[in-house]
Amino acid sequence: MSDGIAAVSKFLTWSVVDGPGNRFVLFLQGCNYRCVTCHNPHTIGVCSDCGACVAVCPSGALTKTGRKVVHDPGPCIACDSCLAACPTRANPMVRRMTVADVLALLRRNAPFLNGLTVSGGEATLHLDFLIDLFTAVRAAPELAHLTLFIDSNGHLPAEGWQRILALTDGVMLDVKAFEPERHRRLTGVGNDLSLASAKLLAEAGKLYELRFLLIPGETDRPEEIAALADLAHELGPETRLRLNAFQHHGVRGPAAGWPAMPRDGVEAAAAVLRAAGVADVAVPSVWLP
Amino acid sequence: MTETLSQLRRIATNPTLSFKQKEHALAVAAENMLPYVLLDAETRAALDARIICDMYEGNAPYKPRYVLPDYGMVLKNGSAHLELPKPATLDEAINTLQIAYHHVPSVTGMPVFIGHLDALLLPFCDGVSDDELYRKIKLFWRYIDRVLPDAFLHADIGPTDNRVARAILRVDAELQQVAPNLTFLYDPEVSGEAMLRLCTDNIIACSKPHIANHPIHREVFDEPGYAIVSCYNALPLRGGAASLSRINLKKVAEASAGEADFLDVQLPRYVDLNARLMRARIDYLFRQSGFFDGNFLVEEGWIDKDRFTAMFGIFAMAEAVDHLQDLAGRTGRYGHDATANALGHRISARLAELVDREPMEHVWRGGAMLHAQAGLSSDAGTTPGVRIPYGSEPDPVSHVQALLPHHRHYLSGVSEILTLDETVRANPEAVFQLAKGALQLGFREFTANVAGNDLVRVTGFMIRLSDIKLYNAAKGSRVNTTALGAEAADTVHILERKPRVVGLELMAGSGV
Repeated sequence: MSDGIAAVSKFLTWSVVDGPGNRFVLFLQGCNYRCVTCHNPHTIGVCSDCGACVAVCPSGALTKTGRKVVHDPGPCIACDSCLAACPTRANPMVRRMTVADVLALLRRNAPFLNGLTVSGGEATLHLDFLIDLFTAVRAAPELAHLTLFIDSNGHLPAEGWQRILALTDGVMLDVKAFEPERHRRLTGVGNDLSLASAKLLAEAGKLYELRFLLIPGETDRPEEIAALADLAHELGPETRLRLNAFQHHGVRGPAAGWPAMPRDGVEAAAAVLRAAGVADVAVPSVWLP
Repeated sequence: MTETLSQLRRIATNPTLSFKQKEHALAVAAENMLPYVLLDAETRAALDARIICDMYEGNAPYKPRYVLPDYGMVLKNGSAHLELPKPATLDEAINTLQIAYHHVPSVTGMPVFIGHLDALLLPFCDGVSDDELYRKIKLFWRYIDRVLPDAFLHADIGPTDNRVARAILRVDAELQQVAPNLTFLYDPEVSGEAMLRLCTDNIIACSKPHIANHPIHREVFDEPGYAIVSCYNALPLRGGAASLSRINLKKVAEASAGEADFLDVQLPRYVDLNARLMRARIDYLFRQSGFFDGNFLVEEGWIDKDRFTAMFGIFAMAEAVDHLQDLAGRTGRYGHDATANALGHRISARLAELVDREPMEHVWRGGAMLHAQAGLSSDAGTTPGVRIPYGSEPDPVSHVQALLPHHRHYLSGVSEILTLDETVRANPEAVFQLAKGALQLGFREFTANVAGNDLVRVTGFMIRLSDIKLYNAAKGSRVNTTALGAEAADTVHILERKPRVVGLELMAGSGV
């Protein structure tokens, strides 16, 4: 999707966990991974207007008009029944927003913001929109104080990064797993592009943070942690590493029955990484009871 | 009479009140055995229906609600009445202030204002090392919390970035005390962003200080200026507030046929009645109580009889707007819906216009000042001031945006409490930016609680969550305001929400 319009799953005017300071976060719809552990699975698919959600909507917010499913935010009670009913992991509540729409929101909230982070889904699937948006923000004097970040799984070839990187201040990159078969089993896709992106971004000085989701029995295994330490070394001593812990919130399918990642397991992995010489290892600042 | 006696007995035998707390409660009960100040029948009926409310200040007002002494007078001249020489050293200055505090009346029985401490103490700091200064402030802070343990007691610092302000912020974060409450008067031209960052970092550590928008407040007041006291009331220095009465906007809305009736008929009617109530109470204070006659505070220039304002309070804006929305068949709720928010802003503008038309004898500049009142612990089913109901607040940025247009109307104070979740601890830059943005856009004051802090703001005063637990286990509390916090925790269920703050309030006869 280009032509200055994107399908937006959600936006936030206050986020303190998507980069430095308070970020305006734009979640774009659609992903090229199919992670079994995804905690926002309704951001993966793109709506096919099948209408399965219209039948389960209790408030009349969803209707089928001609061939299109239409969402009216007025009566919507945000019960998310439509998300559970969607066969394609899409979201009928997404809105189509133009670059100008996003700029208006940024201007309105600019005094409160340190920057903009575009997330997903997978943000880089909307590369043309990203380029248009970042170019427009850079051209707006009243938005000059905003830093521009991308939250990505790295599934983008070097040519793609070259088009956006000059406009970008930093990328938060998720590496899902190191062992190729494991990565394919967890995400449906290989990890060559993701690992190459990590190196490319670090070399360009645009890797703000490398993120790694710890899943018990999968990515918390010693060989995965060792590979993570190796990658961090290769990327350079200033690499900032964030460990996240697999939780059940939002997860659908078999992974909802997997054990959640315990705090002591995260602390243990962090200790191994620090002992291996990775200086900057962050762990979750809040643990749910 | 038996009811009165059993009320006195309940106070006298209450196992959770200290001797001092009993003394204060008994004095309030005794005052209320006197007949109420003279009211006309219509005003009396509105008061009895609690559509207008006198904050249970007492039947016979014999002291102003809030007194803001100019402590500079006693530091400059000493006091003939108190036989105090003019202080020459930092120790003498602090000692003089500690003595002065005991002679300042207020509705709580303890001073609600203890001075612009940095401006007062800086002239005594030449030759005092930073380490000495830190140690002396620490002892001073401990004294205040242990001897005057009331969270309405308020110290101001700023707008300059100076040694005393920095020492106070350091000590305040370290000691995590309930008293004193603290406001930094922020002026972007004078204070500097480094000082604002220090303040927001302190908020993350202990939910203090409160940050006042100094340029906006300054233009409201003449010399010698103003102070922020108690629950974030902006009042004339060397004076204060004679009285505070308030309108329950929810009840006014319920008495209205619709928005037009509310704005054009009912609101003017109850503004008039509340003004009559205030005039009667203020007349008693100035002409019958004898408070100002032969008072050394007046004679030595600590206070000036002409610098007491009248605070015209309102509360339950959220419920009023939602009720009017219902009457109009609209579903949008206050705090979340643009139409509902705009209705609220119209109500505030109308209130400012109406209050402006009510002359008041005896008070500063001859008229009352509009105030978004933060509540009493006995309020149920209403939200303080113009705040968004607890538990339904949007994110902090949307929260500020929704309420911003109200702020210009509330000259004697309006406060929101922004609750920030614990993840901001790892990202203090975000709190700084939020505060900076809110102040830049014209928020009169910025106040935030961070989840996970033991110190939590209730309405405007601070409580310790651990104190509430002890109090509820019937062990009593050293700090006056814990009882209020505990009452609110029970009646308003303020602590059941996650890291929720309270829209707490006050016990009858105390002050917010």
